Amino acid sequence: MSNQGTIGGPLLEVEDITLRFGGVTAIDGVSFHVNPGELFAIIGPNGAGKTSVFNSISQVYRPQEGDIRYKGESIMGKRPDAVARLGIARTFQNIALFGQMTVIDNILTGRHIQMHESWFAGMKWFGAAKKEEMANRARVEDIIDFLEIQAWRKYPVALLPYGIQKRVELGRALAMDPDLLLLDEPVAGMNLEETEDMARFILDIRSELGISMILVEHDMGLVMDIADRILVVDFGKPIGTGYPDEVQANPDVIAAYLGEDFSADAGSAAGF
Amino acid sequence: MAFGRPLLRTSYAEDAAILPTWSQRGALGVAGFALALAALGVPFFEAIPAFLLGGTWLTPFNTMLVFAVAALGINILVGVTGQVSLGHSFFMGVGAYAAVLLGGDGRGGAACIPFHEQLGLLENTTRCGLGLPIWIWLPASGIAAALVGILVSPAAVRVRGLYLAIVTVGLVFIGRHLGNMLPEYAGDAESGRRWPPLEFRWWRRTDDSGDAFITFDEKGAWFSWIPGTDGITLSDDQKAFFFYLFVVIVATVLAKNLMRSRTGRALQAIRDRDVAAEVMGVPEREYKRLGFALSSAYAGVGGALLAVNLARVGPPEWSLFLAVDFIAILLIGGAGTIAGTLMGTFFVRLLPKMVERFTEKNADLAEGDGPVSTIASLLLTDGSRSDFGPIATSAQATGWPLPVALWNFVIFGVLIVVFLIAEPLGLFGIWLRIRNYWKGWPFSY
Repeated sequence: MSNQGTIGGPLLEVEDITLRFGGVTAIDGVSFHVNPGELFAIIGPNGAGKTSVFNSISQVYRPQEGDIRYKGESIMGKRPDAVARLGIARTFQNIALFGQMTVIDNILTGRHIQMHESWFAGMKWFGAAKKEEMANRARVEDIIDFLEIQAWRKYPVALLPYGIQKRVELGRALAMDPDLLLLDEPVAGMNLEETEDMARFILDIRSELGISMILVEHDMGLVMDIADRILVVDFGKPIGTGYPDEVQANPDVIAAYLGEDFSADAGSAAGF
Repeated sequence: MAFGRPLLRTSYAEDAAILPTWSQRGALGVAGFALALAALGVPFFEAIPAFLLGGTWLTPFNTMLVFAVAALGINILVGVTGQVSLGHSFFMGVGAYAAVLLGGDGRGGAACIPFHEQLGLLENTTRCGLGLPIWIWLPASGIAAALVGILVSPAAVRVRGLYLAIVTVGLVFIGRHLGNMLPEYAGDAESGRRWPPLEFRWWRRTDDSGDAFITFDEKGAWFSWIPGTDGITLSDDQKAFFFYLFVVIVATVLAKNLMRSRTGRALQAIRDRDVAAEVMGVPEREYKRLGFALSSAYAGVGGALLAVNLARVGPPEWSLFLAVDFIAILLIGGAGTIAGTLMGTFFVRLLPKMVERFTEKNADLAEGDGPVSTIASLLLTDGSRSDFGPIATSAQATGWPLPVALWNFVIFGVLIVVFLIAEPLGLFGIWLRIRNYWKGWPFSY
């Protein structure tokens, strides 16, 4: 995928975004950037606003302040489908597959922006629409092979086990041929083996397909192992950013995850 | 072409085929052929439908075929796109009136006088109509309904669920009101107006004898031009059957193609997860509008054919009850599936006719002896105090026992509830279970 206009520049720049729901400030001045080919992670305690950052990037939510630039162009105010057409794909924390459709149809729906035949051509079927369907169906088979879900091809996704559903959702996002992939808790609720499989897929996506990724995840082992850089948010505010070892040593991050050090003055301030 | 191994597919095209296996193609072909022979009145083939529905079985069967066209439309909107609509009868009405304004017989000079000039003189005026041929008015009825669908979509795509249902109910009442206000176009509530006949002409009718080169609307011979024969003499119902069957087949194939192509998947994606669909690059409102337009186009064609089929129709025909019938068809047949929609139409339209027919038959049976008569006499009653039973046979019966027509309402109400709870995929789901059982037979899976 081309990346002209910002050669050498970051793929995605998030600049000081603030998102409020009435009196609640979900995101409060978060800034970060993602370089081409980078695996960037966002971590933070529950309710810190990680998923809200994702929803802001895909413009499902509209931040009131700040700017989000993708390949140097602001995407603020665009509709979610327009953002998708720019090359940003995502998965969801609570799987959002199309439950009544089969695995093949789900992944083919991911090909929507790569296909162009109209409803009229589709109803006619024979000719251009059929040709396009067959070509994209072949592409879907590549993704099915890549994610090793051949056995479940024809099943309606609602019937599949959780781990497989997560993989199908990843496949649906990959089918969009994105330049940037947002992964919202890809290993949540998975056992060790499934987590390792998923980590393998994520690393393969980066090395074989060259797709940049932003990862939101609670599994610290996974994040520290595979992420290039990490942003830590707490109560909507950014509290640290850097390489994994830097973040691990950051006292603010430790405080957010493990609580304040029970020092003398903290104790007296709390009334003990 | 793996003839003996139906599950072995060797190309993506085979995998995407509408009828992927030879057994499906064969079964449908044989069924279609048998149906055509039955419609032509071939004794052996006609025996079953004549037994179930009576000698004039083609009349309700033709109406069923027309309903199938409109039902395929509501399936696109409610079953595929997931937008609950109770306004289907409104769009059917739009299509029907487009058909009658373009195709209705407007000769007589006084046609299309503006409403305000006609007040008080309604009896004396000819109904409005341009007398154009079917190849104009039938597509135009679909296009007109689709345009009206697009016109109301700005309101409809912004609401969902119950709110959308209420908005679309509003359409039905607006339509009824317009129909009552404009009797010179719509026909008045009691007598309605005549719809154009099913006949092919090149252009407008020029004389009373008609200059149609083929007609589906009158008893007469087909193929009489073949030298040495008199052709086959067919009734109007028989001829119309072939026309409706053709329209249903075309409508089914188009709907099936839509379902298996990019657009159909986008519509289903909106039904299953609208936010995820948008994030996949599907513009939600545009596709909802498209779903509305396509569904309305089917409704328009179905409505036009329904009016033609009934011959004389007034504004009350396009009521909320008609729209609810279609919801029943979807829920009983299986929302979102083409085969289910057709099964649902068959069930909802023809089962009541069968029940009615057997009640009539059994009224005679109840007079005789034997177990059948005992059951029949237990169920049926003429409404007198000495005769108990839940089904009234006399037309005058009011209150309990209920007459057959009301029992049909009760049965469908109960069926909708049962299907919603026990089998959300409807008749199609039951068919799937049966099929999967025999696929694995004698193993359980």
